[in-house]
Amino acid sequence: MATVTTEQVQARVIEALASFGPDESQITPEATFEQLDIDSLDLVELAQIVEDEYGVVLKGEDMKELETVGDAVQLIVSRASA
Amino acid sequence: MTGASRGIGAAIARALAADGWPVGVGYRSARERAEEVVAAVERDGGRAVALAGDVAADGVAERLLEELEERFDRPVLALINNAGINRDELAPALDDARWREVIETDLNAAFRLTRRALRGMLRARAGRIVNISSVVALRANAGQANYAAAKAGLIAMTKTVAVEVARRGITVNAVAPGWIETEMTAGVSSELLAAIPARRVGTPADVAAAVRFLVSDEAGYITGAVLSVDGGLAA
Repeated sequence: MATVTTEQVQARVIEALASFGPDESQITPEATFEQLDIDSLDLVELAQIVEDEYGVVLKGEDMKELETVGDAVQLIVSRASA
Repeated sequence: MTGASRGIGAAIARALAADGWPVGVGYRSARERAEEVVAAVERDGGRAVALAGDVAADGVAERLLEELEERFDRPVLALINNAGINRDELAPALDDARWREVIETDLNAAFRLTRRALRGMLRARAGRIVNISSVVALRANAGQANYAAAKAGLIAMTKTVAVEVARRGITVNAVAPGWIETEMTAGVSSELLAAIPARRVGTPADVAAAVRFLVSDEAGYITGAVLSVDGGLAA
């Protein structure tokens, strides 16, 4: 698996989150999912996209720990590089 | 749809194909009959493909949906969980194998197919899942503890999944057929007939009509519902 960069993952995550509704300009690494009105179903979809594209499996327990967009990006990058 | 080589499944396949859906005709071993359903659909101007697999076996649910997606080059936006077997026996004599087989094929497989189908439906923000339950999930019928448990399980699963995905334009409903004239019910007694308010057994077309409606655009606000097609038996 090619190494993924934080920038790549961040861009992809922002793109995915934007498709769930929030304005792209609001989606910053510090933004919380709550602020962005991202619900658990959105996160399940995000996990799906992440699995398809980076082969990283995110389970329910993982998703619960994530509060901000940045948290998600970090987790994905660390798992992808493992 | 699964279990579509004959009976209710075949009728549903043809009804949906007539509405323009490209259809995956799932079957376990009755290849010729599945191919016949495909041929009938194509003769009527529709599109269909036969898909082989035992939905109770590992990985089959995922494979069937992938094959179907590839064949018609689009996500599967309607799933009809119809494959079902019965292994009747009174409870004291009902062994583990019979119990397990029916739960695997009639309930567990439906869940696996649902889980996989939701992936495409969630992205598409659209979808229709119809689970074929049974009147015996609603009104007891001796000798079918395993079948009734699986079919009732389907109803609870239907409602739960329905509320999870409703905000995405995906509806999940159950149809509960009563006594329908198919191989599974060949040899229905006259006493049974007398118990059916409509005084007749149903036909696969009766059930297909209900599924067709639930799958249609017009049924977009119906979700988590159980539609009985049983001539009044469960009422």
